[in-house]
Amino acid sequence: MGETIIDKIWDVHVVKSITDQVDMLYIDRHFIHEVTSPQAFSGLKEKGLSVLRPERVTAVADHNVPTQNQHLPIENELSKKQVDTLLSNCTDHSIELFGIGHEKNGIVHVIGPENGLTQPGMTIVCGDSHTSTHGAFGAIAFGIGTSQVEQVLASQCLLLSRPKTMKVEVNGKLSTGVGAKDVVLYIISKLGTEGATGHFVEYAGDVFRSFSMEERMTVCNMSIEMGARGGLVGIDETTINYVKERATISDEKLAFWKTLNSDQDAKFDQTITFRAEDIHPMVTTGTSPDTGVDIAETVASSTRNSEKGLEYMGLKNEQPMIGTKIDYVFIGSCTNSRIEDLRAVAGIVEGHKKPEGVTVWIVPGSNKVKDQAVDEGLDKIFIDAGFEFREPGCSACLAMNDDKIPSGALCISTSNRNFEGRQGDGARTVLASPITAAASAINGKITDPRTYLN
Amino acid sequence: MDKIISTAIVLDRDNIDTDQIIPAKFLKSTNKEGFGDRLFYNWRYDENDIPKEDFEFLKYQKESKILIAGNNFGCGSSREHAAWAIADYGIEVVISSQFADIFKGNALNNGIVPITVSEACLKALMKYFEREKSCPIEVDIEEQTLIVDAKDIFINVKFDIDPLKKEFILTGTTEIEYLVEHQADIINFEKTHVL
Repeated sequence: MGETIIDKIWDVHVVKSITDQVDMLYIDRHFIHEVTSPQAFSGLKEKGLSVLRPERVTAVADHNVPTQNQHLPIENELSKKQVDTLLSNCTDHSIELFGIGHEKNGIVHVIGPENGLTQPGMTIVCGDSHTSTHGAFGAIAFGIGTSQVEQVLASQCLLLSRPKTMKVEVNGKLSTGVGAKDVVLYIISKLGTEGATGHFVEYAGDVFRSFSMEERMTVCNMSIEMGARGGLVGIDETTINYVKERATISDEKLAFWKTLNSDQDAKFDQTITFRAEDIHPMVTTGTSPDTGVDIAETVASSTRNSEKGLEYMGLKNEQPMIGTKIDYVFIGSCTNSRIEDLRAVAGIVEGHKKPEGVTVWIVPGSNKVKDQAVDEGLDKIFIDAGFEFREPGCSACLAMNDDKIPSGALCISTSNRNFEGRQGDGARTVLASPITAAASAINGKITDPRTYLN
Repeated sequence: MDKIISTAIVLDRDNIDTDQIIPAKFLKSTNKEGFGDRLFYNWRYDENDIPKEDFEFLKYQKESKILIAGNNFGCGSSREHAAWAIADYGIEVVISSQFADIFKGNALNNGIVPITVSEACLKALMKYFEREKSCPIEVDIEEQTLIVDAKDIFINVKFDIDPLKKEFILTGTTEIEYLVEHQADIINFEKTHVL
């Protein structure tokens, strides 16, 4: 019986099997950020421990940073303290830090891949649930808590139970206007937020094979939203070419990567198959990421809404999603803030202007993405459309900085969570793809992006 | 800590995510203390920080050490602040029909025991304890049993807990201590590891 890529990668990282269920697993790459690491460093200090392999750790300030005037000191005292604490911890422990203003600064799940730090076959962790993003490279990547951040700093290992495996296959050809975000929102709407709990998912089939690395990252990013411990895509030429452009790879590693893909007869604990043709542009309707519907449908076509959720959203079951008035548009986050996302948005909005009363924030995922957008003249298209083109950070995805959606306002967002209060106390979030957000931005209401294509 | 006997709080909502357990605005701290006051903050307090009397959580005994919550508890963000808030509030056991993986790990690392029961059992517990706010539940970690023995109800279920994590909880061992003790194995592993 063949093996899955998940089992193969897992096996080469087992330092020791402790019990039938728990392995001591070696971690190749550890990303840290300012919000979930300070207590880990304090813990090390209290215990008199040091960082075992600082060269395997990369730090970045992203969750709590302003997206305007990054050259000035952070005004919020608590945010400033967290960012300063990260700097001093990195200095004390010789950890590489991409701080605010650094050319490699950006959202942790954007800068890792972009700088060649994320590579196939690796085990990758970060104190952040969207670490699953890095699975796009054929890696076992997952979010951890702060106690585990401390464990990895001290030992480069974690005590973990072997995951169950799930294959999610999407075959066929996507229609025009349907992209990676729609695919993942569709999968989540079918599986539910707990549908993949306990599993690592391999995304397989025509659709993922044809996706670029950035599209694969969008899909893997939201694996946690179906409860999965992580999600990945097998390693192919697309993966290898992307990594080779960003890092020097030994022949030994290249040869090894090629052995890691799932065998033809690999046995998964669960396999689920979807047809690409069944997927349409998606928007969420409630306060859970599994409440996505075909944009042309009514709220009621999701059966996953709770009464409380719809009341919070101010939406009614019989209401069509298209035409719902919006107040804010957020294009950014580790899900959709990369250059291909910004190009797609620019493609829709060029020559259009947003209506009065709608605020649009475009927050690039990194300084590199921002610079690239400027080089391509995308910033001018955004500014001409009346949008704000900001500096990189997590921003309104979780609203830890000043980028908060006001109470009661409706925001169409390219981020990953529509939980109550996620984008600010009382804020209402509709998750969508970059082109759906873009079309809605220039129309002031939820709009089918296909209206603006062709 | 091998036995917990306490009244329970019922929160009959599914998919309680960690943003609800502890909103992001409280994650700016650099230490682990004081999060209990912020537990379920946006459900518990209005925009003027006045407690919302209709929030069901507040209708139970403040001293309860057991929380009974809807399916898929702790989904979403990996923030361990959620476990810190629950522990700081005084809750030692959470019962649900399913836990999100990261939360489950965080809970165990903070001495909170997540107990998964069947949906039918969860429903029965919720129905009973919504009414009986002074009836105790007994959780025996050593025996892995959850027992309710009152005049109109008898529940005795066995729950799963990973043997290693159980040993850690019973002996007060931390995962980091265990890992650091095994450093020789780790260094040995690195000698042949190519990635």
